[in-house]
Amino acid sequence: MSIKILGTGSCLPEFVLNNETLTKLVDTTDEWITLRTGIKERRVITKESIKELSVNAAKSALKSANILPENLDLIICATVHGQYLVPSLSCVIQAEIGAKCPAFDINAACTGFIYGLTIAKAYLESGAAKKILLVAAESMSEVSDYTDRATCVLFGDGAGAVVLEKGDSLLSIFVTASGNEELLTIPITKGNSPFVDHTNEKMPYLDMKGPEVYKFAVQAINRDVLKVLEDAKLTIDNIDYFAIHQANARIVDAASQKLNIPEEKLLKNIHKYGNTSSACIPIMLDESIREGKLKKGMKLLLTAFGGGMTTGAAILNID
Amino acid sequence: MKSFEKVANLLAENRGISIEEIKEDTKFTDLQLDSLDMMDLVLIMEEEFSVSIELNEDITTVGKIAEYIDARLA
Repeated sequence: MSIKILGTGSCLPEFVLNNETLTKLVDTTDEWITLRTGIKERRVITKESIKELSVNAAKSALKSANILPENLDLIICATVHGQYLVPSLSCVIQAEIGAKCPAFDINAACTGFIYGLTIAKAYLESGAAKKILLVAAESMSEVSDYTDRATCVLFGDGAGAVVLEKGDSLLSIFVTASGNEELLTIPITKGNSPFVDHTNEKMPYLDMKGPEVYKFAVQAINRDVLKVLEDAKLTIDNIDYFAIHQANARIVDAASQKLNIPEEKLLKNIHKYGNTSSACIPIMLDESIREGKLKKGMKLLLTAFGGGMTTGAAILNID
Repeated sequence: MKSFEKVANLLAENRGISIEEIKEDTKFTDLQLDSLDMMDLVLIMEEEFSVSIELNEDITTVGKIAEYIDARLA
């Protein structure tokens, strides 16, 4: 179905924010964070910018694909918080890498990469594009409240990218949305219009009902994984590796136990990168390919969920 | 409470707690269950009883969740 991955890339910030450092900012412990989330460290932006991370990931993917930027027909960037609201991060990337094609951002929160694959699939199938750069880049530290111990420990920054052309490697894909303004929000700033009452405006920091998101996620992963397996006429046994969105190790554990996924089949980076939102899956994809874990001919199942609430899953043959 | 025995068995089985420790007035916090553990339990109980469960801050004991489930089943 529609897609072949020609190349992958990723880029993480340099600074390693470990649990010990977080104990100096908020009332928490390494033990609590590790038990509750599985996270020991995460990378956060200090001197870099999300522009830099996303451009580096894009360049790395183009190099691995052996494709010149001027040969791209489309750039899609999944992000909840780019370099600016305007211009889009995809336009910023386009200019930096020297591409000449159309570019737009999408926001499906942590499901952004999988949503991006559905768009790429449609463009490639219709012939509207032949070579697509899909980037997922997130600066979650820029929307985290570092006085809120419930959330600031969870997130990290990073970018992942793939270069795509038409092919047969996407075996199935499924995305959903269930609009919800209660479970997970990041408000935006509202300017200073004198015609509006600004009194109850919230700060632009992520706010989340953790247990409810946990419940939503475990159910969604179960439903979506079974759906894409059914569509591809495959079983859990046919899948070599699972890339489950790394929001919380306990969600991954609960969901994988429910589906009887053997632990050795789970790709994992939450312990070192935290929750990097939509960048999580392409970062895992890139690193797993480069370290030789994911080999040609293997089947990889991706599954994610995020604010929206959005969910998605897909099965890929590794090229 | 009709559902209490089943709820207690589910708790014992899934959390490795001895059934003798689970009484109607046993608090979830006494069983060292955090909010994510509670969500795991909710998912298991929703499947077992085929009801939708929405926890609130009053549901603090095993008995209270059994009562909640009884009310949904009625």
